[in-house]
Amino acid sequence: MSFPSPLLPANVQGWFRSRGWAPHPHQLAMVEAAAAGDSALLIAPTGGGKTLAGFLPSLIDLAERPREGLHTLYISPLKALAVDIQRNLEEPVAEMRLPIRTETRTGDTPESKRRRQRANPPHILMTTPESLALMIAYADAATIFRHLRCVIIDELHALAGTKRGDLLALGLARLSRLAPQARRVGLSATVAEPARLLAWLSKTGHADGGDVRLVTGRAGASAEVEILTTRERLPWSGRMAMHALKEVYQRIRAHRTTLVFVNTRAQAELVFQELWRLNDDTLPIALHHGSLAAEQRRKVEAAMAAGKLRAVVATSSLDLGIDWAAVDLVVQIGAPKGASRLVQRIGRANHRLDEPSRALLVPANRFEVLECRAALDAVAAMSLDGERPRPGGLDVLAQHMLGMACAEPYRPDDLYDEVVRAAPYAGLSRDEFDDVLDFVATGGYALGNYERFHRLKLREDGRMAVTGPAVARQYRMNVGTITQEAMLRVRLSRGPVLGEVEEHFIQGLTPGDTFVFAGQLLKFLGIREMEAQVAKGGTGEPKVPAYAGGRLPLTTALADRVRAMLADPAQWPGLPEDVQEWLRLQRWRSVLPARNGLLVESFPKAGKRFLVVYAFEGRNAHQTLGMLLTRRMERMGCGPLGFVATDYVLAIWSLRTPKDMDGLFDQDMLGDDLEAWMDESSMLRRTFRNVALITGVIDRRHPGQEKSGRQVTFSSDLIYDVLRKHDPGHVLLRATRADAAGGLTDVRRLSDFLIRVKGRITHKNLDRISPLAVPVILEIGRERVDGSATDELLEQAAADLVAEAMPELGSPRDEQGRLTL
Amino acid sequence: MSMDTTMTLRGAALAPDPSGALVWPAERTLVVADLHLEKGSAFAARGRMLPPYDTRATLGRLAELVERLAPERVICLGDSFHDRRAASRMEAGDVARLRDLTGRVTDWLWVTGNHDPEPPEGFGGRILDELALGPLTFRHEAVPGAVGELSGHLHPVAAVVVPGRRVRERCFAFDGGKLILPAFGAFAGGLNVLDPAVSGLLAARFEVHLLARGKVHRFPRSRLAPDRK
Repeated sequence: MSFPSPLLPANVQGWFRSRGWAPHPHQLAMVEAAAAGDSALLIAPTGGGKTLAGFLPSLIDLAERPREGLHTLYISPLKALAVDIQRNLEEPVAEMRLPIRTETRTGDTPESKRRRQRANPPHILMTTPESLALMIAYADAATIFRHLRCVIIDELHALAGTKRGDLLALGLARLSRLAPQARRVGLSATVAEPARLLAWLSKTGHADGGDVRLVTGRAGASAEVEILTTRERLPWSGRMAMHALKEVYQRIRAHRTTLVFVNTRAQAELVFQELWRLNDDTLPIALHHGSLAAEQRRKVEAAMAAGKLRAVVATSSLDLGIDWAAVDLVVQIGAPKGASRLVQRIGRANHRLDEPSRALLVPANRFEVLECRAALDAVAAMSLDGERPRPGGLDVLAQHMLGMACAEPYRPDDLYDEVVRAAPYAGLSRDEFDDVLDFVATGGYALGNYERFHRLKLREDGRMAVTGPAVARQYRMNVGTITQEAMLRVRLSRGPVLGEVEEHFIQGLTPGDTFVFAGQLLKFLGIREMEAQVAKGGTGEPKVPAYAGGRLPLTTALADRVRAMLADPAQWPGLPEDVQEWLRLQRWRSVLPARNGLLVESFPKAGKRFLVVYAFEGRNAHQTLGMLLTRRMERMGCGPLGFVATDYVLAIWSLRTPKDMDGLFDQDMLGDDLEAWMDESSMLRRTFRNVALITGVIDRRHPGQEKSGRQVTFSSDLIYDVLRKHDPGHVLLRATRADAAGGLTDVRRLSDFLIRVKGRITHKNLDRISPLAVPVILEIGRERVDGSATDELLEQAAADLVAEAMPELGSPRDEQGRLTL
Repeated sequence: MSMDTTMTLRGAALAPDPSGALVWPAERTLVVADLHLEKGSAFAARGRMLPPYDTRATLGRLAELVERLAPERVICLGDSFHDRRAASRMEAGDVARLRDLTGRVTDWLWVTGNHDPEPPEGFGGRILDELALGPLTFRHEAVPGAVGELSGHLHPVAAVVVPGRRVRERCFAFDGGKLILPAFGAFAGGLNVLDPAVSGLLAARFEVHLLARGKVHRFPRSRLAPDRK
């Protein structure tokens, strides 16, 4: 089935033939783009030979014109992936007998090898955004990269739009100056808006730059996806889908290999436990999530690749990277939260593109049934979620400015021109640029007495230069944008490390407590030498570690589909009978939320007044909305007592119901109230800590340093308080607020929402709870503080506990006054 | 835990203030430790651009106390200045603020510390290596075995575990014979009182007076938790 292609030299064609393969059309298209000297964005489903398509042009070029020097740079978001890809590429290189040396360079690469790589670089180097940032900050960067022909960015969809993506975009802008001839190649999973990635990849920073070809891989056979119609009654609330696991287990038995995707690590632990409880056939079922020790994950991956497993319960730690040809069923437990995510997960099954992927969605509650249905419709309609691009982080820019000065002195004008060619910074104003540069140079504080403490100094020739080698050393210690919550290793007493959990989870344990981790029941013994010591077994109700940031909020596009489905009974017949009945009852007892308006219900319950807001904007936006509405209700004299937010709705309970709904939801709440709340919120403190780390105001932790995460938090809080009081407009605080607005507070989405519903609010005053309100009211009693990425909740519950334990602290007066029913 | 947080040291009744200062009402005396003025600029001089407002913030809090309590005597227990060049880095407004402050108190005393063995002249007040006042001795670093002694230097903090959470804040550490004050400076970090460097100086059954949420809370040593390294 092979055909001769004029694009491929004989040895490459021979290699394809020897494998019994023919090059995919998109692989040839990539070779064509390279021949024309164009950059290229390849969007293809997993398993379509995407990586090879990226490397093929470089292999051909080096086969035809062997030479020394770094030819191709491959950048991956994961160290492990870089290592994997290097191994995978060695094979064709050896088999085609190409004179090509490939190497990896990551944080794990020994210093001696790194030095050698700079003196004598390989032809193809696999690395990460952080390692690239370090390489371009050396004075010899121009020499190393002068022969560079191609930069390949893998998993581009996962990097673009993040701070690591910002760092990489700035690095690429620099590479384009060092090696103008180098093409860029982006490899991406299916995304909603290729234009965004085209812009990201373009050397102009704009989608219409015209220098990037879009190559689309052949879509595989369309997926067969079904929603599990459980024989059990559908739960009203909850996220664990325990009711359906018996049926999931039967499916695992009926398939060769099943991937069971869950949304959080806590879910992974529980689902894994339950499946093993049901596992009468002792099928080999494994667990895989990001907190497990790396060796443990590698072991699972290897067993999977060898076909030794029947099922793996996994979080998004498996979303990236490694191919699993043997998987014939993908199960998604809980709603997928976004259509793109669903597509990427389904894509994990059956990588031979001629067979359809099979997937099973298992909604955990009634709202999730709607969400799963909406996600399926979206996938069928090929409409994926596009999120608005966020502007590049100023903290990342500050880091880059320092790094570039470490490489060589620059004229601010030149650097500005370079930086705005990176898409995330295409809209950066010169004023903003100058402010950040000022911060990097002297701190940029309103109080001018730091003028003499330059990190950068303007020389007589108009170039900014670092003031000494200590500055460069400090830069190299602090490079990167990954700032994590402090983690503690979990170690079996006198045994191996099982993985890592967030420090705050361990803080809440007392010796003797039982918890579930790495698929085992563990007894907490105590903390020794930065590790949580545990033993197998234990008694009592086990706790499950909750992980910050584990849950993604519902995407805007999907939320819109859920609203449309609710509002239109013609779309209901595909839904389970339980759900249809529920919606019919809602229509009868209250009213259905309109597609574009906002339904607000109020009713009495247990001596309190409840207000349920059907906003469908995701947990983060709801959490912020809850904070702001309760502040306003306080001023209106309604006596707010507390609130709870889910992905779909917000419920507030109070002494009185507000009368003026339009006034309550007026968008001016995004003004002073928001500012006041944000400045006080612990979420902003945490964001500030990250900004301070990225900008090098405080140092990262390094091995051997006796500085715990807690002490770092402590000192960045001190800085935050002092800065907020004495220099509220400082660039560090601006960067912090910008981060918060797009991230955990989701202020942008909230703002869109308030504009959309203005003048379209329907208020239903009911004499008792409505059917649609039941799920959220149930959440109130059971809502665990579970790393919902909403630090406020955590902070709040914790504050309540403090108040309980230390009554004389007084009842902490705060945003929520969260009480239980 | 008790609401009464007064400490009696050799018959002298001493009241911890939530700000981290200590008040000796009978002597109209205010005691603060470890101001570390110009710590921010000390970091900036080494390339870590901490905000320069710590001196202003620390002096502001101290000025409030002087305003509120109108003491006749203020004792700074050493490490008032972060390093020997602190005064030369101080911004003119802060220099004026500090001079004004010392001028409003009859007797301002700078006890020397390891960071400021020779505190800068010209800010008013008297400079002493240590001070004996009535039954009490004031010095920067505690001397093992000394009784009736007030000191700073160690920046004590304590952690208390309540269900689901840990509270870690600055504190006074007190064993009936010795009192160690928390650091007052805006950028001063802390050392857990259970660290041998602190607990080794104190009797086995000491207590802390923890500064949290604008109040002072008393806890026995048995309620305290160590830091995780």
